[in-house]
Amino acid sequence: MAGRRVLITGVSRFLGLRLAKRLEQDDEVELVVGVDLEEPPLPIKKLDFVRVDIRNPLIARVLETTKVDTLVHTNIFSSPGRLGGRSQMKENNVIGTMQLLAAAQRAERLERVVMKSSTAVYGSGAGEPSLLPEDHASRQVELSGYGKDCAEAEQYARDYGRRRPEVDLVILRTQNVVGPTVSTSMTDYLSLPMMPTALGFDPRLQFLHEQDAVEALYTALKSESTGIYNIAGDGVVYLSQAIRMLGKVEVPILLPAAQTAASLLRRFGVIDFPTDQLKLMLFGRIVDTRRVKERLGFTPRYSTTETLTDFRDHRGRDELPEPNLRPTWERELFEYLRQRNEQRQTV
Amino acid sequence: MADAEIIRLDSRTRAGRTGPSRAGARVRCRATTSSGRPCRNYATAGTGYCSVHTPSVGATSRSVEAAPESPAATPRNREEETGIENFLRRRLTGNYPIDDFGYDPELYREVLLPLTRLLYERYFRVRTLGVERIPDTGPALVVGNHSGTVALDAVIAQYAVATEHPNRRVIRNIGADLVYQLPVIGPLARKGGAAVATEEDAQELLRRGELVGVYPEGYKGVGKGWRERYKLQRFGRGGFMETALRTRVPIIPVAIVGAEEAFPMIGNAKWLARTLGTPYFPITPTFPWLGPLGLLPLPSKWIIEFGSPIPVDDYPEDAAEDAMLVFDLADRVRDTIQQMLYSLLQQRKGAFF
Repeated sequence: MAGRRVLITGVSRFLGLRLAKRLEQDDEVELVVGVDLEEPPLPIKKLDFVRVDIRNPLIARVLETTKVDTLVHTNIFSSPGRLGGRSQMKENNVIGTMQLLAAAQRAERLERVVMKSSTAVYGSGAGEPSLLPEDHASRQVELSGYGKDCAEAEQYARDYGRRRPEVDLVILRTQNVVGPTVSTSMTDYLSLPMMPTALGFDPRLQFLHEQDAVEALYTALKSESTGIYNIAGDGVVYLSQAIRMLGKVEVPILLPAAQTAASLLRRFGVIDFPTDQLKLMLFGRIVDTRRVKERLGFTPRYSTTETLTDFRDHRGRDELPEPNLRPTWERELFEYLRQRNEQRQTV
Repeated sequence: MADAEIIRLDSRTRAGRTGPSRAGARVRCRATTSSGRPCRNYATAGTGYCSVHTPSVGATSRSVEAAPESPAATPRNREEETGIENFLRRRLTGNYPIDDFGYDPELYREVLLPLTRLLYERYFRVRTLGVERIPDTGPALVVGNHSGTVALDAVIAQYAVATEHPNRRVIRNIGADLVYQLPVIGPLARKGGAAVATEEDAQELLRRGELVGVYPEGYKGVGKGWRERYKLQRFGRGGFMETALRTRVPIIPVAIVGAEEAFPMIGNAKWLARTLGTPYFPITPTFPWLGPLGLLPLPSKWIIEFGSPIPVDDYPEDAAEDAMLVFDLADRVRDTIQQMLYSLLQQRKGAFF
């Protein structure tokens, strides 16, 4: 399919921008139309930027006049921070997707729709399967916040798919995106020198490297497959293990206090950690990624631990805690181990 | 066993443990593992080494010592590994592998097993029978009776196989969601190889060739009163049987005797359970009267018997869809375990000696 014309929503945000950049080098793509409220921070070849809210009916005109054949929807926010409140966030995520897809229903030339959703749609719970497959629908977990938004947005996408069966629809559920340059509530959390955790809980976590996230969107755009796919790095880490790997200090907090701590951190702007994600910090959420490997042929380059070490090597260094923040016993133990090692080498 | 032959200081021969499944004291392998600890596998007859460390003709002793103890050992630790120091270093830097379900082989072998050993050998003085009936490799579903208020029986059965089976396989127990709601216990269960009681988890583990442990009685088993001891409760909804038929893996029945007496539940404070949101609130001769001390199990004597594998290959592909067949087969497994329990109870001399 030569001369493709792609419209990207949320083009000034991390994934949208990177995808547009990635499409620069693709000769099959003739034009990229970027839609966002702010201008993209760097110039991109082939990009026509249109400042329009996806909730505005004007978006239908944009879709029509630019004659795009592919729509990539990356404009679902995971935290309310920049939008000024949860209700604004929901307005953008749910109503925005609804309006955008309503407009897309009229766009005759559209052949392919790729939507970036999130693994947050699974929620988190103690009784959930250890590896969540795409078709798992939980009866126990109650969704709120971001996860609920994503689930509702996906529902609109599926409705759209039913009304326009000739349009290929792909939904990507990305795991927590972490990397050297991306900024999410998870990277904010991982950047804290002392990381609060819920006392007695140690969730398994799974990360997706920022480059793999972009590559997954790109693969979905280029492929002919349709359907819903989990996207995540291979392997899992325990939160306690991740903290160790980053060289941070763990601060376990008693559960009722943890809720308060999370909202305090948010209020003072230290991290933008949505309280509805707190369950993630208790039970974790790991997805099964076999389907995307088999059907889309996409395998992430970075595993979960490689993502974490890449993050540490690029970002963690200047954020490492002062050595004297570590407990004394631990410093002494490390010193002892180091000395023993030297002794052995000299013997 | 006073006749245990001492071969070298570091090759620990384990004397003093007796049991019909161990006809004589078996000698441990003489080799040192890559992590610098003495190898804990049993030696094969006549060689003094286990099958992993048997020196092949022409091989240098260096290559024997470098043989990996388990596939989980990370190649990253190139520097000389000396036991506890490197263990601590790996733990403190997060440099250890876990599987997708959260099983942490290093923590399990180095910390959790040694802790359980006290309970297993000294406290409950467990006698394990028929562990060799568990296949050396490949998936199987271990189905057992559940009793004793707290699910200690699953942990003890897991220890029995992890230490007495020739391949030292680790049973991946399937635990109800309540386990994972608990602080400390939940993460610890996962690190010890447990997974969540869902069809997805059981099937995936079996697909990966693991030994999966299920206790189909669930809360009904652990939370039943003293009067109903060793009486098997309803086997859930037969989900385990469906899983076995779908994945076509054999079922290994296991009967555990002794857990009932460890925590004899003489009463159930239902109103308290309702308030706390738990399936039951046990009252034992010591709990809650003695406070936290009452959580200590009574030192009953345990017997664990693994039965012969029950194959399911003969049933048609879609047998799992036939509800009547599933119930019927589940009942047959239940009867097998019940019979095993009765015969073990007849054999034992007393609950505590």
